[in-house]
Amino acid sequence: MKMKTSRMVTLMIIAILLAAYILFPFALVVLNSFKTQSAIVSNPISFAGASFKQFISNASSVINNKNFVFWHAFGSSTLVTVISLVLLAVFGGMAAWVICRNKTRWSTVIYMVFISSMIIPFQVVMLPLIATFREVGKFVGLGMNGTLPGYCGFGGAMTVFILTGFIKGIPYELEEAAAIDGCSPEGTFFRIIFPLLKPTIVTVTILNGMWIWNDYLLPSILLGQNNPNKTLPVAVQAFVGSFVKSWDMILTAALLAMIPMIVIFLIAQKHIMDGMVQGAIK
Amino acid sequence: MNENTSGKKILSLALLIVGAVLLIAALWMDFSKTYLVVNMGSAKIALRGLFLVLGALLCLAGLYYIPTVMHHRAIINFIFLFPLLFTFAVTVIIPMFVGIFYSFTDWNGVSYTKMVGFENYGAMFKDPAFIWSLLLTVLFVIVNMILVNLVAFLLALLCTTKLKGVGFFRAAYFLPNLIGGIVLGYIWQFVFSNVLTAITHSPHSWLASTNTAFMAIIIVYVWQYAGYIMLIYINGLATVPKDVLEAAQIDGADAMKTLFQIKIPMIAATFTICTFLTLTSAFKQFDVNLALTNGVGTVRGFMGQRLSNGTQMIALNIYNTAFARDQFGYAQAKAILFFIILACVSLIQVRISNKREVEM
Repeated sequence: MKMKTSRMVTLMIIAILLAAYILFPFALVVLNSFKTQSAIVSNPISFAGASFKQFISNASSVINNKNFVFWHAFGSSTLVTVISLVLLAVFGGMAAWVICRNKTRWSTVIYMVFISSMIIPFQVVMLPLIATFREVGKFVGLGMNGTLPGYCGFGGAMTVFILTGFIKGIPYELEEAAAIDGCSPEGTFFRIIFPLLKPTIVTVTILNGMWIWNDYLLPSILLGQNNPNKTLPVAVQAFVGSFVKSWDMILTAALLAMIPMIVIFLIAQKHIMDGMVQGAIK
Repeated sequence: MNENTSGKKILSLALLIVGAVLLIAALWMDFSKTYLVVNMGSAKIALRGLFLVLGALLCLAGLYYIPTVMHHRAIINFIFLFPLLFTFAVTVIIPMFVGIFYSFTDWNGVSYTKMVGFENYGAMFKDPAFIWSLLLTVLFVIVNMILVNLVAFLLALLCTTKLKGVGFFRAAYFLPNLIGGIVLGYIWQFVFSNVLTAITHSPHSWLASTNTAFMAIIIVYVWQYAGYIMLIYINGLATVPKDVLEAAQIDGADAMKTLFQIKIPMIAATFTICTFLTLTSAFKQFDVNLALTNGVGTVRGFMGQRLSNGTQMIALNIYNTAFARDQFGYAQAKAILFFIILACVSLIQVRISNKREVEM
C-alpha cells in the first residue's frame, strides 16, 4: 500500500518537534552543568564557556558539598529502595497468597481494607506518622527511621491488589498436587507459587521502584532535613536551599540525581514501560 | 518420628520463651529508661530495639515450629500475613485514626492541651488562604485532566502510526516521568526564570506573577505526566482488533470517522483508567509545586484579603500549615477534609464512568 509520503513527512516533523520540546529541559541541564555561574546567567542557551573541565569542577563541588554528599545520598536511596522492594515483593506475595487461597470472611475483610486504603492520601497520615515514628525510631533505633515500614505499608495495598489478581489465575490443582506429594504449605508457596509470580513481581517492583526512588515527602518527613542518611530527592531539596540561584551547582546536582534513573531506563526500557502500563490497567 | 516431634516441641517452646523474654526486656528497658548501647565500629546500636526485633522474630519462629499437623496451615497463614498487615496497620490504619482524633484537638506536633471540637474545621472555611488553595487545586485538577488526556491521546495516536523510529519517540515522550518532581521543579524553575527570559528578551519571568506561575505549573505537570498516560492509551489502542479497522476501511470510513466512531468508543475503559489516574495524581500534586514556585504568588483582594500564597495547592498548604506555622491540629483537620474530598471525587468518577461504559 502506498502511504501518502507528504503526510508521513508532516507527522515525522511534528514528532521530532515534540521530542525536541520534551527533551529540551534535559539538554539545558546537561549544557549548563558544563558552565560557570556567570556564563549561565549571561546566556543559558549558548555553548560559550562550556568546558569539560568546568563540569568536573562543578561535579566535584556538588559531590563534596556537605548538604548534598552525593555518594551518601545515592547509597541511602539505593538501600531504601532495594530493601523496600524486596520486602514488598516477599511480604506482598505471602499476604496475597494467603488472602487469595483462604476464602474466609477475614481474608475478604483484609482484602477490602487494602483496596479501599489505596485512596488515602499520604497527607492524612503524615503528621501522626512523624509523631509516632519519632518515638518508635528512638525506641527501635533501626530501620532508617521508619522509611522501610512506611513504604511497606503504603506500597502494600497496590502490591497485594496486583498479585492477588495474578494468583487467582494459577490453577489450585498445582497446590493440591504438591500437598499430596508431601509438600508443606510454606514449601508450596516458596517452591511453586513464588517462582510462578516472577513476571508479576517484576511489574510490581517497577511500579513501586519508580515511586520509592523519586518520592520526596515520605523520606523528608520521616528522615528529617538534618538526617545524615538523606535520600536523593531530599538531598537535592536541602542542597538547593543552601545555594539560592547558584544555577551551576543546582543544575549539576539535578544532572547527578537524574543519571541513575536514566541509566536504568536505558538498560531496561521495555520492561519499565510495560510494567508501568500493566500496573495501571490492572 | 516421635523423637522428632518432641525435639520440635522443645525447640518451639525455647524459641517462644526466649522471644517473650526479649520482648519483655525491651519493654522494661523502655519503662525504666535504661539505655544499653553497644558500639559496633562507628555505629551505635541500641540494645532495646535489637531486643524488640529479635524477640518478635523468635516468637514467630517458635510459632512456626509448634508440632501440630492440624493447625499448621493456620499458623503459616498468620505468619505470612503478619509482616505486611503489621506494617500496614502501623503506618496507615492507626495513624489515620490517630489523625482523626488529633484533628479535634489543639495538637502542636508533640502534645495537645484540650479538645476543641469542630473549631479546626470551622476555622478552615474562614481562612481565605485555604479557600484559595482549595479552589486553585480544583481548577488545576480540571485543567489538567483535560489537557493531560488530550495531549496524551494525541501523542498516542502519533505513536501508533507507521512512523519510523516510533520506539525512540515513545521513550522520549515518557522520559520526564522517570524523574522525581523535586528535580523537575528546579529544572523548570531554571527554564522559566533564566532561559525563557533570555529567549524572549523579557525581564519578567513567568514565575514572578501569579497567573503565569500557575500556568507554568500546569505546563510542567502536563509535560511530566502526558508521556505516562500516553503509554496507557497506546496499550488501549493496540487492543482494538485489526479486522474491525479493516472492515471500516472497506466500508469507506475515513481516518476521522474511524477514530471517533470505532477507536474512541472501543477504548472507553482506557479513558476511565486515565481520567482516574490524572484526577488523583493532580489532586495530590506536591513536589513540582514545592520546587517550582513554593506556593508563592500575590493575590490582591480575595475574600477581602491580600494573599501571598497565590500558587499554593492544597497538599502544600497542609504541609506549610504544619511545618511553617506549627499548627498541627489545624493541618490535620485540613488533611482529613482533603481525604474526604478525594474519596468522594474518586467514587463519583468511577461510578459515572462505569455507567457510561455499560451504556456503550
